[in-house]
Amino acid sequence: MDYSYVFLILLLPALSFLVLGLAGMKMSHKVAGLIGTTSLGIVTILSYMTAFAYFGADRTADGTFQTIVPYNFTWLPLGNLHFDMGILLDPISVMMLIVISTVSLMVHIYSFGYMHGEKGFQRYYAFLSLFTMSMLGLVVATNIFQMYLFWELVGVSSYLLIGFYYPLKPAIAASKKAFIVTRFADMFFLIGILLFGYYTESFSFSFAGDIVMGQGTTPFITANATKAMAAGAMILPTALVLMFIGGAGKSAMFPLHIWLPDAMEGPTPVSALIHAATMVVAGVFQIARMFPLWIEYAPQAMSIVVWVGVFTAFYAAAVACAQSDIKRVLAFSTISQIAFMMVALGVCLPGHEAVLDNHTQLGYMAGMFHLFTHAMFKACLFLGAGCIIHAVHSNEMALMGGLRKYMPITHITFLISCLAIAGIPFFSGFSSKDEIITACFQYSPMVGWIMTGIAAMTAFYMFRLYYGIFWGTENREAHAHHTPHEAPLSMTIPLIVLTVITVGVGIYTTLAGFLGWTNSFGSFVSANGMNYDIHFDTQIAVTSTVIAILSICLATYIYKGEQQPIADRLYKTFPKLHRAAYKRFYQDEIWQFVTHKIIFRCVSTPIAWFDRHVVDGTFNFLAWGANESGESIRSWQSGDVRHYAIWFLTGTVALTLILLAL
Amino acid sequence: MIPVECFFVLSALLFFIGFFGFVTRRNLLAMLISIELVLNAVDLNFAAINRLLYPEGTEGFFFTLFSIGVSAAETAVAIAIIINVYRHFHSDQVNSIQEMKN
Repeated sequence: MDYSYVFLILLLPALSFLVLGLAGMKMSHKVAGLIGTTSLGIVTILSYMTAFAYFGADRTADGTFQTIVPYNFTWLPLGNLHFDMGILLDPISVMMLIVISTVSLMVHIYSFGYMHGEKGFQRYYAFLSLFTMSMLGLVVATNIFQMYLFWELVGVSSYLLIGFYYPLKPAIAASKKAFIVTRFADMFFLIGILLFGYYTESFSFSFAGDIVMGQGTTPFITANATKAMAAGAMILPTALVLMFIGGAGKSAMFPLHIWLPDAMEGPTPVSALIHAATMVVAGVFQIARMFPLWIEYAPQAMSIVVWVGVFTAFYAAAVACAQSDIKRVLAFSTISQIAFMMVALGVCLPGHEAVLDNHTQLGYMAGMFHLFTHAMFKACLFLGAGCIIHAVHSNEMALMGGLRKYMPITHITFLISCLAIAGIPFFSGFSSKDEIITACFQYSPMVGWIMTGIAAMTAFYMFRLYYGIFWGTENREAHAHHTPHEAPLSMTIPLIVLTVITVGVGIYTTLAGFLGWTNSFGSFVSANGMNYDIHFDTQIAVTSTVIAILSICLATYIYKGEQQPIADRLYKTFPKLHRAAYKRFYQDEIWQFVTHKIIFRCVSTPIAWFDRHVVDGTFNFLAWGANESGESIRSWQSGDVRHYAIWFLTGTVALTLILLAL
Repeated sequence: MIPVECFFVLSALLFFIGFFGFVTRRNLLAMLISIELVLNAVDLNFAAINRLLYPEGTEGFFFTLFSIGVSAAETAVAIAIIINVYRHFHSDQVNSIQEMKN
């Protein structure tokens, strides 16, 4: 197969960024939006072509899909080390191409309606293009250094888009917070990369040799690689854990999650694209990318990933139950769901002699599958939330209630996505979440039960949100003043498309899982690349379904009615707990304390003093000395040529005398 | 035969007369003439040393010839500059030309 067209997938968004960024202000909104959307449409078509060609091609003799590198060139040679740039196609990167291009296209279309008439519409589309290009570059990176470059680029575009409403103070604060927190985490990622590069003398994802340009490559073992393996075994666990810290920052794992809820200050479609579907799963993708190394060299360190994930999933789910801003609920739900993916990757057990094994490493497939399904339904939820905010001009649940009459399409799509995230069979979230829980039970029953419990909390808070928006007490005062209305077609079509994907994937994979069909998700993406038929463990599937339905019933019981006596009574019984959860268990305050009171006061202040007095002092003294000596001898330069002649003669005579004396 | 010291004394006198003139005169042309005196002092030294101390060589004479040639060229350039200066400043006094400073 010829994959030479794949570079267009990166080039087109980059070009549209340049065009919109440089000439955008001279265009009308419509033209700018059309340029961005058209280029993204072509990218989407190319991504689907790539996916069909890639997964349609024959497997290699050992039952895996070929890893294809259509482009790879050395960008910066540094002795033995070299930084490469290129494009790598393998099952997970092709899957990510589909996810990113689909969600991004939907968001581009949706933004036509949502951002209609906003100031800076062209800038918005330029940044969207920049983000899409960076994210696509991240997933097709051929080596970890290229991945890091694009990783920083997505960070920048996220910063730019969170701060899109730059006249608003909270938006600026949120964008800075997001940038600083993720940058802080990325520092560890960079250290990890440098350690890795220094000891293994390579930046490739597996040091079974550098990837050779061309097609159908079989990685070859070089002399370097053997040396690298010896060195790598010692340093790799450290390097991988450092890289995981970077991933945890980007994927908002506890305690680096604090930026994500604030990032909701950005426009809602941006939240859907960057802070729900694509950028925040970069950490998960990074672990999946380095997965062979984790399994082979650092299987013990994977328990860190598991427990960070489990705690984050629980924490975020608990906080989500108490938030009143609908975007915040969704943000914490995103944190919780990403933590599910992290856990899924972490619970993979090393097989015999560290070989990749589909059964003990079911979590790999499950995590990737959840990444895929979550991107679709969470983007749909966020875009739905955007429609609601568009209609009532507020994020607060108190101003909503009873919206189902006014916004039927948003209501139905939101309900379906809620069912999907809750894990009801025949919706996509069920299949992937069930596989994650199965993988957890394989790892340890305790983790399995904890994750089942968190899945139940997920169903509960999502339906609390759903009833709070669409049922419950209608805020007639606000609605009489401004009647909510259904969003325009450009906003509802993306909702419908994403819902259709959610339902279609859900029905197909659920049936496939129960009836044992082949060609489900596991056939495309699995730990060792070989075909894996998803087959549900009936016991776990039934248990988790029953628990999900029970918690939906509970949420219905508490929150559906016009009056909510139980919710009020719970609130009155545990006011402190509610307040703590509403305040996100004071995580922001703790960080504030650590940074302002400890780091700023004990570290930054002395350093600032040293800088101001010692470093600046030295240089000020030097400058003062030069200035003074210049002042004192400047009168010699009289401009009178006869003075110069006298000095010249005096100097010559003096030199002659000195030479004679010697 | 005139001893070589006499030439040295004459040369030194010429040199210092020239230098004195260069330092004390304010007229550009007078300064140029003074420089010529300095140059001639040097030429005289070359010629005398060559003739009286190293009669077998000719380097001194040639140096003198070169020096005279170069000083002729230099004088031409200097006079061109002085004419331009005079046109620009309407003065041939050296202390009126101070604008190039700063």
